[in-house]
Amino acid sequence: MSRVTLLALQVMVAVVSLMLWQLLTTVPVFGRVLLPPFFFSNPLDVAHQIYIWFATGVIWKHLWVTLIEAVLAFFIGSIGGVLVGFWFARQPRTAAVFDPYVKMANALPRVVLAPIFTLWLGLGIWSKVALGVTLVFFIVFFNVYQGVKEVSPTVLANARMLGMNERQLMRHVYWPSALSWMFSSLHTSVGFAVVGAVVGEYLGAAAGLGYLIQQAEGIFDVAGVFAGMFVLAAFVIVIDTIVTVIEKRLLVWRPVVETRP
Amino acid sequence: MLETAQAQTDAPSAIALNGVDVAFRLADGGVYTAVKRADLAVADGEFVAIVGPTGCGKSTLLNIAAGLLAPAAGQVDIYGAALPGINRQAGYLFQADALFPWKTALENVAIGLETAGTPQPEARERAFAWLTRVGLGAFGDRYPHMLSGGQRKRVGLAQVLIRDPKILLMDEPFGPLDAQTRQIMGNLLLDLWSADRKAVLFVTHDLEEAIALSDRVVIMSAGPAARIIGDWKVPLSRPRDISEIKAEPEFQTLHRDIWQMLKAEVIKGYAQAEGV
Repeated sequence: MSRVTLLALQVMVAVVSLMLWQLLTTVPVFGRVLLPPFFFSNPLDVAHQIYIWFATGVIWKHLWVTLIEAVLAFFIGSIGGVLVGFWFARQPRTAAVFDPYVKMANALPRVVLAPIFTLWLGLGIWSKVALGVTLVFFIVFFNVYQGVKEVSPTVLANARMLGMNERQLMRHVYWPSALSWMFSSLHTSVGFAVVGAVVGEYLGAAAGLGYLIQQAEGIFDVAGVFAGMFVLAAFVIVIDTIVTVIEKRLLVWRPVVETRP
Repeated sequence: MLETAQAQTDAPSAIALNGVDVAFRLADGGVYTAVKRADLAVADGEFVAIVGPTGCGKSTLLNIAAGLLAPAAGQVDIYGAALPGINRQAGYLFQADALFPWKTALENVAIGLETAGTPQPEARERAFAWLTRVGLGAFGDRYPHMLSGGQRKRVGLAQVLIRDPKILLMDEPFGPLDAQTRQIMGNLLLDLWSADRKAVLFVTHDLEEAIALSDRVVIMSAGPAARIIGDWKVPLSRPRDISEIKAEPEFQTLHRDIWQMLKAEVIKGYAQAEGV
């Protein structure tokens, strides 16, 4: 399929969906509107709401707060995950001792921690950052742990034969291997950082996209809920694109897996 | 003349294995003896090939000489001194891909110097010279996955030789390559080796390759508890060309003689591998 055809078809899906939505919520079929506007709003109202947010500029503050929360959650969670992942992988005994607790903590649905974080850290950004950190940490931790464990024995033996000491092995073998695993999970961990921020805001906040959606829902402003969802989706796509660019630069040594058309 | 002969016998071997046993602990608590009472000496500057059926513990013996593996019994001496750990005087060319996938070809070659404390610009400069020697001067910025199997072996060879080890250990290094590339790589190896005659221990399952390259061919029996069962001098003159030498009558006679012995072991090896 050529690029143009593909793009045309992709646009068509959006246009048809929006048209169906608009028609079903405004034009009666056999004397009855199939999608009651009270519950489903309609694309024009949603677009209008988004327009107002951007025209008045209120949205920027909320986007900024969510972005800051996600970025902080990502970095703090990643640093923690890298350090602990490295530590456990190099110290099998420590890993064995903590293993059941790590599994337990990871099995816990993180949303239930939100009330505790709100109690401890208040309604500001830090309770959301904490929630995001608990999500990001485990993804990075497991990947780094795996990355250090799965270093090819031949590459390791080669490094030893080339005269590397323990510190040099760390720098030239374990570290790049762990980082490559971490980077390959970059999309997931960045995504979870955003999830942590938005869910945290939804459960209690004074600003942010999650807060915006929760507020709209509170006053039965369905157009506002949908508008918030669309802005959030666009926000995530932008971040994901940035991550893809960074990933390509960082993992330039990796073979590109050819997929059949 | 007599004096030099005397001096040669007195000089300690580059590698001397005396009564070496190699054993592995199995998951079920038993012990698997891979190699039994191996005696092997490689003189300084000598090219020795070990040939044996698949799974006979040839590579294990190399790992012993490299210090990556400790023998269960016996003595390993490198230039007359017992080997305490990793063999610092040896370079090792592995059968599997051993290049660092996250480093370019140039960085891969330079790393052995950089870890030894050579400043990076000088290490890179010498790495470039080595890449050029193995015919890959224009490929320095490629990552291993962008290179062909043969090119990766060339980078591996440069990576090992740049450190100028006194001993070269090679574990079926050209095994995965196609026949033509193997010949080219074999000639390249002989070319590089003839420049400064390192002691070489070369493991292969290919008898022709072993005879064509080496001064001595050592035959191992089928495992478990594999032993060294034959030791043949290769009287062919150097320099050699691998593709031409195979046509010489001396080569063919030697090949036939050694093959008589090896054939029985290969059949035994297959029988064991199939669990008969």
